[in-house]
Amino acid sequence: MNPGADLVVPALLLSAGLFAIGVVGVFLRRNVITVFMCVELMLNAVNLAFIAFSRWRGTLDGQLLVFFVLTVAAAEAAVGLAIIIAAQRNRDTLDLDAFNILKW
Amino acid sequence: MAKLLSIDVLPFLALFLPLGGFLVLSLFEPGIRRDREERGAALLACGTVIISFLCLLWTALHVDEAARSLADFRVQWRLPPRASPYLPYQPWIGLDWIDVSGVHVPFALLLDRLSSIMTLVVTGIGSLIHVYSIGYMAHDEDRVRYFSYLNLFTFFMLLLVMAGNLPVMFIGWEGVGLCSYLLIGFWYKKKSAADAGKKAFIVNRIGDAGLILGMIAAFYSFGTFDTFALTEGANALQPEKWGEFGPMTVAGLLLFVGACGKSAQIPLHVWLPDAMEGPTPVSALIHAATMVTAGVYMVARLGPLYAHSETAITVVAVVGTVTALMAATIALVQTDIKRVLAYSTVSQLGYMFLACGVGAFGVGVFHLFTHAFFKALLFLGSGSVIHAMSGEQDMRKMGGLWRKIPWTFGTFVVGTLAIAGIPPLAGFFSKDAILGSALEEGHQVLFAVGLLTAALTAFYMARLLFLTFFGPFRGGHEAEHHLHESPWVMLAPLIVLAVGSVGAGLLPVPDMLAVVFRLPPAEGHHPAWLPIVATLVAVLGIAAAYWLFLMLPDLAARVGARLRPIGRVLEEKYYFDRAYDAFARGVVVEGSRKVLWQGLDASLIDGAVNGLGRFTAGFARAARVVQTGLVRAYALLILGGAVTVLGYLLWAR
Repeated sequence: MNPGADLVVPALLLSAGLFAIGVVGVFLRRNVITVFMCVELMLNAVNLAFIAFSRWRGTLDGQLLVFFVLTVAAAEAAVGLAIIIAAQRNRDTLDLDAFNILKW
Repeated sequence: MAKLLSIDVLPFLALFLPLGGFLVLSLFEPGIRRDREERGAALLACGTVIISFLCLLWTALHVDEAARSLADFRVQWRLPPRASPYLPYQPWIGLDWIDVSGVHVPFALLLDRLSSIMTLVVTGIGSLIHVYSIGYMAHDEDRVRYFSYLNLFTFFMLLLVMAGNLPVMFIGWEGVGLCSYLLIGFWYKKKSAADAGKKAFIVNRIGDAGLILGMIAAFYSFGTFDTFALTEGANALQPEKWGEFGPMTVAGLLLFVGACGKSAQIPLHVWLPDAMEGPTPVSALIHAATMVTAGVYMVARLGPLYAHSETAITVVAVVGTVTALMAATIALVQTDIKRVLAYSTVSQLGYMFLACGVGAFGVGVFHLFTHAFFKALLFLGSGSVIHAMSGEQDMRKMGGLWRKIPWTFGTFVVGTLAIAGIPPLAGFFSKDAILGSALEEGHQVLFAVGLLTAALTAFYMARLLFLTFFGPFRGGHEAEHHLHESPWVMLAPLIVLAVGSVGAGLLPVPDMLAVVFRLPPAEGHHPAWLPIVATLVAVLGIAAAYWLFLMLPDLAARVGARLRPIGRVLEEKYYFDRAYDAFARGVVVEGSRKVLWQGLDASLIDGAVNGLGRFTAGFARAARVVQTGLVRAYALLILGGAVTVLGYLLWAR
């Protein structure tokens, strides 16, 4: 029996729950910062799933991908927060529905 | 090294010298401005054609020796052995030109008695007309261009008659058509000249379409383009009866369409009278003596093909006869001296086709040969008259010219008598031979129409002569003062041609050519009364014209008034031009406008293109509602897409 098997199911359930919370947050919340945090939450949910699978299968592939995700998330946090500050300065609001000019 | 004076060298020299002359003249034309240089250019053009003539004369005298052995030929073309008394000399038969999957066309020439006679006519008459042009075009500032075209024409015409197969002949055929166009429209600043050139070109295209189809039909049936092999193939087949559309009938009829276009036979004759807009020597060379006879030459060249198809040869005979009669009647009422001659040419070409149509190809070529002399003479004579009249072409403004221009008058009389068929001039012999052949073959109707045409020919030519040279001068005082005889450089060719018009009939052309056509010799003899009747008819025609136009001009006017309705039809040239004009305006232009443009192009093609555009725009208008600009809406779509794909991967498979 694989030593990590006992933890896989709870870890995946937790990951799915976190991801669902993130998705719901992204779609329902209007504040850009909250939405942003929900996106981070989804990323980390995926990270957790990677770790769980990695442990279950006894390989390092999943952990490797986690490092990639972390790096991307860090870059995203830097750029994203900068954009949020710029948006606040330009539009005096962080309500997502105010940003609707991304169309024809 | 090949001897210079051999049949392997001289025909090619003769063929390419005029082309060289054209290249030199057209390349240096922009630089030739001084009078002395222009005269040099004219002499160069004349020189190439004269040398060409001498080369071909030598060739013609040795062409019989050069014929290759019968066995060689039959082996080469895989033909069944058959006794053929005569073979053409075919140089360059191995020189590949087109060799594509079974279609093998060498750039071959064919030299036999028939093509030799034609080349001699082309370069012989051509030389005289080149020389005449020196005088006639002396005051034209564009004469270097004129002579370069004339040289180019000579090259293409030689290529046409010396061609050993139909595609090579076609190059010459189109080339002379091009030169005809260029020279009719030589004075292109005159709108009527430019229009006439276009008309000639377009009408000839119609004929050429038939020619191309005929070539294809001939190749399809016989598997070769070689003219000699085609005639051999035709001789090996059973004759096709009337109404039987076998290979020879189809090919013959289609090729005859081309001949009709080039030789101005009804219904494609309309371009030739208009072609008189060109300089008069051009009318003499291209539109009387040489190019327009190309159709007759082609029919004669493929003689056995026609002789073996009753349908094709009957069509040739009927078209020729009808053309001869109709053109002769139109010539009765023309007032422009050159137009009378133009219709006369159409009529005489019809005569040649009549001869070919009764199976007497040699006789047709005989008339071609004699006609080249006297018609070139008449055209050059009319050119001399026009020269004397300072450009006036209306016979109603001439009269009494014989005292002022005696040399022109003298040669013109010879030409008129020759074409009228007065013995012992050239026209008598060839016309007599044609009528005799028609009678011999049992075509009484064709014979009767031919005899009537002969009478009309004598009548309108005498009318032309009397109106121009006799009676009082009807032009203005200024014009009368201006009258002058042409320079010697123009008179000398007239005199040479007059001598030819007297003597050409003595050459036994039909007998010389009998071996070329390889047809069974005509049986029976012409009835003894025929020459007498033919002469009598010609004399009657001349006498009637003399009586009407010199003795009793009042009567002529009264008769003219009485026959007004007929005269109107003749003046309208049997409404051919009007019918074609109505067709072009009504069917072609209006059809293009209403059906092709407004119907097809505007609604169908534009409709399809614009409809596609409108559909795309409409679809986009509906689809852009999806784009709200809200990031969350896009994210929702992405989520939906991801869920769909995932669901498909997990369950649907």
